[in-house]
Amino acid sequence: MTGARITVHPILEFKEGRKVRFTFDGQVLEGYEGEPIAAALHAAGVRVLGESPKLKRPRGFFCAIGNCSSCLMTVDGRPNVRVCTEKLREGMRVETQAGKGVLLAND
Amino acid sequence: MRDKPCVEPGTQGRIPDAARRARGPCAVIECFEEIPCDPCHDACRRGAIRPFDDINHLPEVDFNRCNGCGACISVCPGLAIFVVDETWKDDLAVVRLPYEFLPLPSPGDTVAGLDRSGRECCAATVVRVEKAKRQDRTAVVWIEVPKPLSMEVRHIRVGGSAIGSREG
Amino acid sequence: MIGAGPAGLCAAIAARDMGARVTCVDSGDRPGGQLVKQTHKFFGSRAEFAGKRGIDIAGMLADRIRDDPMVEFMLDSTVIGFYDDGAIGIEHNDALTFLRGERIVCATGASERMLAFPGNDLPGVYGAGAVQTLMNVYGVRPGKAVLMVGAGNIGLIVSYQLLQAGVEVVAVVEAMPQVGGYDVHARKIQRVGVPILTSHTVKAVHGTRVVEGATVVALGSDFRPIPATEEYFHVDTVCLAVGLTPLADLLWQAGCKMAYVPELGGHVALRGEDYETSRRGIYVAGDLAGIEEASSAMIEGTIAGLSAAQSLGHEAPDFEERLATARAELAALRSGPKGQKVRLGIERLMRLGREVGVVA
Repeated sequence: MTGARITVHPILEFKEGRKVRFTFDGQVLEGYEGEPIAAALHAAGVRVLGESPKLKRPRGFFCAIGNCSSCLMTVDGRPNVRVCTEKLREGMRVETQAGKGVLLAND
Repeated sequence: MRDKPCVEPGTQGRIPDAARRARGPCAVIECFEEIPCDPCHDACRRGAIRPFDDINHLPEVDFNRCNGCGACISVCPGLAIFVVDETWKDDLAVVRLPYEFLPLPSPGDTVAGLDRSGRECCAATVVRVEKAKRQDRTAVVWIEVPKPLSMEVRHIRVGGSAIGSREG
Repeated sequence: MIGAGPAGLCAAIAARDMGARVTCVDSGDRPGGQLVKQTHKFFGSRAEFAGKRGIDIAGMLADRIRDDPMVEFMLDSTVIGFYDDGAIGIEHNDALTFLRGERIVCATGASERMLAFPGNDLPGVYGAGAVQTLMNVYGVRPGKAVLMVGAGNIGLIVSYQLLQAGVEVVAVVEAMPQVGGYDVHARKIQRVGVPILTSHTVKAVHGTRVVEGATVVALGSDFRPIPATEEYFHVDTVCLAVGLTPLADLLWQAGCKMAYVPELGGHVALRGEDYETSRRGIYVAGDLAGIEEASSAMIEGTIAGLSAAQSLGHEAPDFEERLATARAELAALRSGPKGQKVRLGIERLMRLGREVGVVA
């Protein structure tokens, strides 16, 4: 979806952070450092963030403030990350999560 | 519950009557529902918007004091205050309205004059755009409209008018 | 202070003014709570920043205490629960820390309600608060064409903000026969040309992977769909503004006595006039105490903050006056016709509180 980013606004000014690259299921995308992963994905046209564990229905975010758990993804190998609040960093590996995810043992 | 009367046009209340409008610019406060809000009173330096006994009361204007300066337009959180000047030109009135969209029009532009339901009812010419810092990003746009539409036009759409450029 | 939105910040300011040491814990990365996405000018009186935009009020409140050595902010920090020994657990950067407050003001706010209809789980069906966050905090449009569900103040305000961001709003649907929000908010979008369809609801949202359209249907006076009134809207986003419910998990876990008060949005804590709950030392304020406006949340925070600090023995010469002023302002905000629901809710809450002895 081109033009999802608001460039001019009658009330607000948006200070864009540093542009960073990250991957979504292997595909290289760009976003701004520090914005939520979900915002960067949405701006890049990605609305489907995962699937429901049982019926495999597509899932997007719903609340965008970390309350509802509709946006769980696997980030840098960690499952069940709420991408609506998790901040984007350079080189992040963001993946659609299948099932409930498996907690990794501590290093 | 609509406490006091004064919704009818008159020299007191919210809506100035035709006789008052014929005397010069004045505020038209389209605030007809009791909500807790009173900044319009503080905005008026002429004391034309009466003090609120109860913050829920509807604003009441003394149209003998109101000179249509428009200081209240950008202050109203409901964007419900307009200034109408039917003495602008022979057949043209000016409507000043709050505007919080981009792009802002420029003086001389022809815009679509919209009524309260967003229907285009005339072509309007922008005569002035106020955007002082004290307005806190609520611009006030002055438009010329046919005089019979001064109490109808309440919004604009920039980018020209489907009704076509008005003459004169 | 658990939650640094309008209620939590005002509670912190009030308690600090009384001489208390304050820690503000918030899961967000900046203070202000939902104020940080409210681009419109606020109603109320000058005491509640009437005429100022919510986005600016957040900064003004935070500035009053930001550099105060008596106040500490813990941001990006989520309170996960109360422990038996009086400590609260706080998660920050995947680590758990503990904090003990002699008094706790809970101001966690609210969460958005859902609505049942086929397709309500499709990506593109977003809560109104989510749309505001995405658009007003991060500068990303939620879509190109939006159907708004709900004509309360949130639905009306977010519709206006969508228009300001350059997004088309095809219609606002409202199941009730009248607009629930302020008339002036409704007029702001009507004059742009957005139709408000009262006695209408969303029947279904369509799409294979994401929202591609929505069917709206008219409702009879019995709230049942009227056959053959379906209308299809081609939209990529459906925004739900169908009410809020207090985010009360912590209160339940703490064992506060709760009551179901529909006028206040759901389960709320029984509390006294000073906003102390049935668990001594735990206070509530803001939407958590009952769904209302940000302006009333600020005053409730002030009352809770003043009361909590005073109960610790802190004193201030203007304590009584400030408390009386806050109570009077709160009563004034609620006294109009639009405050009737909240007034009824609070009456019911207080009656229930008296029955179980939470309120004297």
